[in-house]
Amino acid sequence: MRSQANPRLMLMILSAVFAFLYIPISVLFALSFNEGGLPTAWTGFSVKWYGELVRNDEIIGAAFNTLMVAIVSTFLATILGTLLAVGVEIRRRKGRFLETIIFAPMIIPDIVLAIALLSFFSMLNVTMGLHTVIVSHVVFNLAFVCSVVRARLKTFDWSIVEASTDLGASTPITLWRVVLPVMLPAVIAGALLAFTLSVDEFIIAFFTAGAGRDSITLPMQIFAMIRFGITPEINALATIVMTVSVVALALSQRLNRGGLPGQ
Amino acid sequence: MNDRKPIYLMSPALAWLTAFMVIPCLLILALAFFRRGIYGGVEYTFTMENLALVFDPLYASIFLKSAWIAGLSGVIAVVVGYAAAFAIAAAPARRQPMLLFFAVLPFWSNYLVRTYAWIVLLNREGLIVSVVQALGYDGELPKLLYTESAVVVGLVYNYLPFVILACYAPLSRLNPEIAEASRDLGGSGWTTFRRVILPMTVPGIATGFVFVFVLSIGNFVTPALLGGGQFQMIGNLIYAQFLTANDWPFGAALSMFLIAIMMGLLTLQTFATERASGARREES
Repeated sequence: MRSQANPRLMLMILSAVFAFLYIPISVLFALSFNEGGLPTAWTGFSVKWYGELVRNDEIIGAAFNTLMVAIVSTFLATILGTLLAVGVEIRRRKGRFLETIIFAPMIIPDIVLAIALLSFFSMLNVTMGLHTVIVSHVVFNLAFVCSVVRARLKTFDWSIVEASTDLGASTPITLWRVVLPVMLPAVIAGALLAFTLSVDEFIIAFFTAGAGRDSITLPMQIFAMIRFGITPEINALATIVMTVSVVALALSQRLNRGGLPGQ
Repeated sequence: MNDRKPIYLMSPALAWLTAFMVIPCLLILALAFFRRGIYGGVEYTFTMENLALVFDPLYASIFLKSAWIAGLSGVIAVVVGYAAAFAIAAAPARRQPMLLFFAVLPFWSNYLVRTYAWIVLLNREGLIVSVVQALGYDGELPKLLYTESAVVVGLVYNYLPFVILACYAPLSRLNPEIAEASRDLGGSGWTTFRRVILPMTVPGIATGFVFVFVLSIGNFVTPALLGGGQFQMIGNLIYAQFLTANDWPFGAALSMFLIAIMMGLLTLQTFATERASGARREES
């Protein structure tokens, strides 16, 4: 294939696609440092819009909520997802039903899961807030953690588990002392992925956070701000949010080469 | 470890998924068959009205419009994504992982932020208008933001990385000798591509298209932000039933319809994949 492709044409395609992918976010990035705040004129480099963000109590509150949701849901999802992955991989018989259940959270449209959870919580008369957002985020997060850990387990040498069992270690000890250390990079990679997904998740949070002002997450705050209009603060906030996800993802990728779902 | 242990390891996660995914989804399925209460609640009497309402001519135009926007976005994303994946697969092997990583990276940044970036580019005082004016054009420019095209651009932009990933997988597995054989037998570059490479990479194209189509048709964020609320997708309709119109049973019926579309497309995609792998087997 390589020999037949026209290198100049290939380079043109790549340049065009990468320009399309990166120009919009680069513009946002650059504008967040524009002193005047307007997209039409560059009036000098400044971090004053970042300063505005720090003084905005609503944004700080939303950021705190987002971190809270992301940390707790990632913690729970990492434990549940890792155990699930190990359980599925040591099972000899692979059930199609089981695979479907595990795969479903990654493919169900967000809006469907969001309204399903909203109906479920309100039918049970559960007061909604950050806790319901956390519970909901664990659903898709555990599926992603599971898929990252499973990808690594495919190349796992199970004979070391046999060796451990033969030497008299119980199953929990084997998992903790033998399987986990080998799997740790994949588990951390899965956790970082889950953290990113949770920080960025908007639709499910929007439906399951309830009506209170105090359970607003950062994406919900951004959505409200964007609908209100373009402001330089959004550029700065968008840049921070984008940087956080990209750094977490790059770290995840480094820890677990090629282990992201779909790769 | 014997075969019974996995159950203990899997059960916490499976219990979580059952409680917070399977049961809520079944609940939605049931809700679609109940009557809407007078004050917006749910009355527990069986009815087929909600499902019938989904096929009401009143909503037909919204469905057609959203299917058109989703289909157009899917086709554009597949054409661009396939070309990009092809170019990445044609690059030197050691550069491919890095190119792929940077192609997918934007996909993992915030969806709202990526959509917002287009508002900044497309609005009346936005960058595109400023650049065109700076180049000396001072006539009236057509409205860019809050149009159907803006919605399509936003959807393509957001989902393109996934399509690149989906198309790259079969392209990278392609045996270069097959293309060579086609050329040795006298096939031109274009014939080789159309008759050999393209059929073998249909699964990636199908996966990419289904993904973009389903996520677009169920989207409510992009139409709200880039369409200025003038376009209703099925996603916006569902959103409205739950948050403004308070007709949950109808919203539930719409969600079931969305899932049905997705299942139908996924079945077609499995079919396409099986046909492609069948073709591969015959060739080898």
